[in-house]
Amino acid sequence: MAALPGLLRSRITVVWLFLIAATITSLLLGTDNLVSGVKLASALVIVVAFVKVRFVGMYFMEIGNAPVPLRAIFQGYCAVVCTVLVVMLLTSH
Amino acid sequence: MATLEDATRRQNGGEPITRERVRHLPGELGTWVFILGDMTVFALLFGIFMYYRDKQPALFAHSQLTLHKSFGVINTLLLLTSSLCVVTAVRAVRKGAQRLPTILLGVAVVCGLGFTLNKFLEWGGLLSHHHYPDTNNFYMYFFVLTGIHFFHLLLGMGVLTALIVLSRKPSLSEKEMMFFEGGACFWHMVDLLWIVLFALLYLVH
Repeated sequence: MAALPGLLRSRITVVWLFLIAATITSLLLGTDNLVSGVKLASALVIVVAFVKVRFVGMYFMEIGNAPVPLRAIFQGYCAVVCTVLVVMLLTSH
Repeated sequence: MATLEDATRRQNGGEPITRERVRHLPGELGTWVFILGDMTVFALLFGIFMYYRDKQPALFAHSQLTLHKSFGVINTLLLLTSSLCVVTAVRAVRKGAQRLPTILLGVAVVCGLGFTLNKFLEWGGLLSHHHYPDTNNFYMYFFVLTGIHFFHLLLGMGVLTALIVLSRKPSLSEKEMMFFEGGACFWHMVDLLWIVLFALLYLVH
């Protein structure tokens, strides 16, 4: 019988802690002047969001252990959508 | 009880598993077509929001100030925690645990209910201050994007409820195990879409 402590002593829990830390970091980037320049801070917020998305996909959705086409599509999605949104932000008025 | 080993053996054409890393598709192919299609639609919505944000930067910036970031942060933490519960439930089912997956999925549903309560409080607060979807473009996109996401969350809670019922069975067939994994992935998609919405709506200036 699997026990909860055993199941939680895994990489998944480390990933969850990382995601919590990344959320707090995003909040600080979005509210405080951690980085000089509002646009740069906002671009970092978007990048951190997609790093989090990638972690959710690779570890929680188990895409990291999925066949190559699915991994490629998912990682491509993260890279393309993140890049487009950052470019739209940096070229905005 | 179907296990990961069974699943990987299936994908290996029934051959014994070798020492090489065996790739495993969690859930059915159709589930992934749906998930990736949904993610693509949301990607377009993210782009549309950024496009119109650039058209009215002052209005979007001013309207964004009326949002309370605490709602967004709490909802992000709730969904991340629910995702941890769901992925742990999947792993527990594979290991043959009986009660633990049901409890973990129950906690995930409670997190979803917390998100729902938080969302109603947030929407109620905005409406009470006369910030309606037709007030301006920012609020229109805010209510539409969070509304569509909330619809997905409700679907996800329905799926989690089905998984709770499934998790009470003493053993799962291969098909049931694939449904279990696919349902879990749908819930994680609800989580990852919110991660981007939280960044775009509340934090990007």
